[in-house]
Amino acid sequence: MTRKVPVVRDILEANERLAEDNRRTFRKAGLLVINLMSGPGAGKTSLLERTIEVLQHEIRIGVIEGDIQSSYDAERISQKGVQVVQLNTGGACHLDSNMIKSSLDALDLDNLDLLVVENVGNLVCPAEFNVGEDMKAMILSVAEGDDKPLKYPLMFQESRALLINKIDLLPYVNCDVGKIRERALQLNANLEIFEISCRTGEGLDGWADWLNQQVSVRKAGGDGAET
Amino acid sequence: MHEMSIAQSVLDIILQESRNHKVTRVLSVALKVGELSAVETESLRFCFELLTKGTPAEGAQLDIERVQVTCRCQDCGSNFAVHELIFSCPSCQGVRVEMLSGRELSVESFEAE
Repeated sequence: MTRKVPVVRDILEANERLAEDNRRTFRKAGLLVINLMSGPGAGKTSLLERTIEVLQHEIRIGVIEGDIQSSYDAERISQKGVQVVQLNTGGACHLDSNMIKSSLDALDLDNLDLLVVENVGNLVCPAEFNVGEDMKAMILSVAEGDDKPLKYPLMFQESRALLINKIDLLPYVNCDVGKIRERALQLNANLEIFEISCRTGEGLDGWADWLNQQVSVRKAGGDGAET
Repeated sequence: MHEMSIAQSVLDIILQESRNHKVTRVLSVALKVGELSAVETESLRFCFELLTKGTPAEGAQLDIERVQVTCRCQDCGSNFAVHELIFSCPSCQGVRVEMLSGRELSVESFEAE
């Protein structure tokens, strides 16, 4: 006999449970965790290199590098003298909470103020999977075009900060930064938007100041705020 | 591309509930998928079909209900449906909005014998 079985369960519940575990671990260590996302080649690793250069004497930074294959990015980051772990997803298009959890033993979290999780280059899937971060940040490079907020809305909706990178290329590409701003803010009016060039360094100070401020907020509120 | 992970999670939930409710065969599964979820439903069906082979859910259909994006304006309190991904209040143009629906990704129920 056919019968209907009620369920009502979140499909991503297993990932969410592990994300909560990670979040507790991060809160205990009192550090700010950012999940950094973008399409391939938008400049995630370059942004990290430049951010580390600006902030390394003020805060202690660690990086989890997510890539489908290779340890190329982790080698780039380790040259900056910060803690870094490479995760290879072996084909998976995003990082999930379990992968992050398994990488934490390789990091000395108590000696970090900021941990950046560099997600797999992809404008779609990473936005759907929390890893226990305090906030998501995303990069869109001007070479990708100003239509991307229309085509990949979830990532813009989920992010706290949007970095518009490669603005030094604006004379050579058909991209209207005003349209990116307008379209992104329609999706998410709370987005902090930074126009930057990792190549020339333009705009990076504004981003670094904001990031440093977020770290201070976490530190001020982090002590004993959660058990 | 992450539809395979999602299909696997759906199957994990269904097989666990099947054991709990002592059912032997799953005929169909009802899902809710919000319009803002980054899920391609045809790809999800394809992955689910592959993963269920040899399980009690082999051949089960996915009945997918897409859920509209709706918000509540925190300035004037009105509820509204989001059209063309513009998240501002049509009544007062406020942009402080709380999303009420549109991000769903859940297994609601399944038909079984």
